[in-house]
Amino acid sequence: MRLRREGALFLRTVIGRAYPRMVGLQREKSWLVFDVLLPLLQVSAFVFIYRAVQAPPEFTGFVVLGGAMTAYWMNVLWNMASQLYWEKETGNLEIYMVAPTSRMAILLGMALGGMVATTVRAAAVLILGTLLFRVEIALTDAPALVGVFLLTLVALYGMGMLLSSLYLLFGREAWHMSNLLQEPVYLLSGLYFPVRSLGAWAAAGASLIPMTLGLDAMRQLLFPAMTDFAFLPVHYELAILGGLSILFVGGARWALAYMEGVARRQGRLTVRGQ
Amino acid sequence: MTRLAEASRSFRTAAWLGWQIESNWTDPFAFAIYSLAKPLAGALILMVMYAVVATGGLDNPLFPHIYVGNAFYIYVGAVLTGVSWAVIDDREHYKTLKYVYTAPTNVFTYLLGRGVAKAVISTVAVGLTLMLGVLALGVEVPAGAVNWPLLCVALLLGAAVMAFMGIFLGGVSLVMARHSFFVGEAVAGALYLLSGVVFPVDVLPGPLQLLARGVPFTYWLEAMRRALLGEGASEVLGTLSDGQLLGVLAGAAFGLGAISFFVFRLAEQRAKERGLIDMDTMY
Repeated sequence: MRLRREGALFLRTVIGRAYPRMVGLQREKSWLVFDVLLPLLQVSAFVFIYRAVQAPPEFTGFVVLGGAMTAYWMNVLWNMASQLYWEKETGNLEIYMVAPTSRMAILLGMALGGMVATTVRAAAVLILGTLLFRVEIALTDAPALVGVFLLTLVALYGMGMLLSSLYLLFGREAWHMSNLLQEPVYLLSGLYFPVRSLGAWAAAGASLIPMTLGLDAMRQLLFPAMTDFAFLPVHYELAILGGLSILFVGGARWALAYMEGVARRQGRLTVRGQ
Repeated sequence: MTRLAEASRSFRTAAWLGWQIESNWTDPFAFAIYSLAKPLAGALILMVMYAVVATGGLDNPLFPHIYVGNAFYIYVGAVLTGVSWAVIDDREHYKTLKYVYTAPTNVFTYLLGRGVAKAVISTVAVGLTLMLGVLALGVEVPAGAVNWPLLCVALLLGAAVMAFMGIFLGGVSLVMARHSFFVGEAVAGALYLLSGVVFPVDVLPGPLQLLARGVPFTYWLEAMRRALLGEGASEVLGTLSDGQLLGVLAGAAFGLGAISFFVFRLAEQRAKERGLIDMDTMY
């Protein structure tokens, strides 16, 4: 009975926290323009680089797909990792802490809501980029593509949940930390080029970022003519992404409990304007 | 004389304040890493793209031009977003913009000062990015062949264009409620595409190429490339002499100076009338 009640509360919390994400992000419709336009500008610049050096047309597809995935990374950084810092600054964090519910449910709700809302933006970038630059896609295995995409999102948002607990201790540096993690991750995860080009060891290290393997696998499934540029076979990448999902979500659970304890002891949960 | 002294004091104080805001959140080592990681990652993305695809890899004749363009564009991104962001930061985060207005401050030069802090940090990033290119990536910039007068004049004119454009965006940010957060980033992003930072403007489709020719940074980057590498990247702009490039830049700086001053004053007036100076959008 108690378990059932706790399960229901967990679920209600997830839905309650996901709801403002989905509704809130769609409420300011004009923001959609910026959210789609900014990545599209970046994508266009990188497409023209490849055009300037007469790269095979599939590279345009690589860039468009990478550009769409940047929406998720931005969401993970600014709306997952930094979220508890924002909540602290606006005075909501202490309300979260006294609420009789699981903090993991709050993070999970944030992740699910963010995923759904960001998918609208990523899809818009993908569709517009594909149409504008006439990207030719040759989908070979739809179920595998869906599997890779979903596992990438689970692992990526698991990483966001983990980072969000680490950010609990941050003051002003939270903002700078998120800024710092933008471009270097674009580089390491091969958003605009095949990650294999970084070399085997660097690519293996970069595989800790779920987007790296997710993108590599999706590119193999969407542009089969370019498999020479693949880093690992798709089924290996699926297995590793599954492992990363478990690692990050499990790690987030442990880190949240640990960091919350540290933040309580050091009195950082309610410090604002630091 | 008093107004000049006030403007100069506002500028100096704002530059110092900007530097403190940017740098005192951590220790110098972490700050150095933070300031360099982003631009270096951007440069390395370009490097890998060229190494993988371009004929001849990094020896492709286009690579040094693209690399230099990308390095100098660090200034544009930092100053444009920096100045417009200073308005939002002071108004909504620190909630001090109303105090800036009630103090004997020249807000125009105050915002210029905030931009200077960004430009100083960017100078280190630009320098190190160029050094990485020269020392590790085969970008040849022989010190003896650098056209120093062109470099210095173009740099000064480019800085003026950036500063005035930043002020213009700062004015726009004063009167925007829910979109001001994106203004600097959106304009810098659009100009990244239109100025031919990472490719010659010649590869842009017709209408975009026309737009590119109306952007001052297209000419600025061409001048910087000519000064450092001896030649520009674009065939279209190749018909212009160095003097003509500088002339276009000087005209743009003068025009933008006048427009930004006018727009900023107008926006300021509107913001005061509508009570936007201490607005808190909670976004």
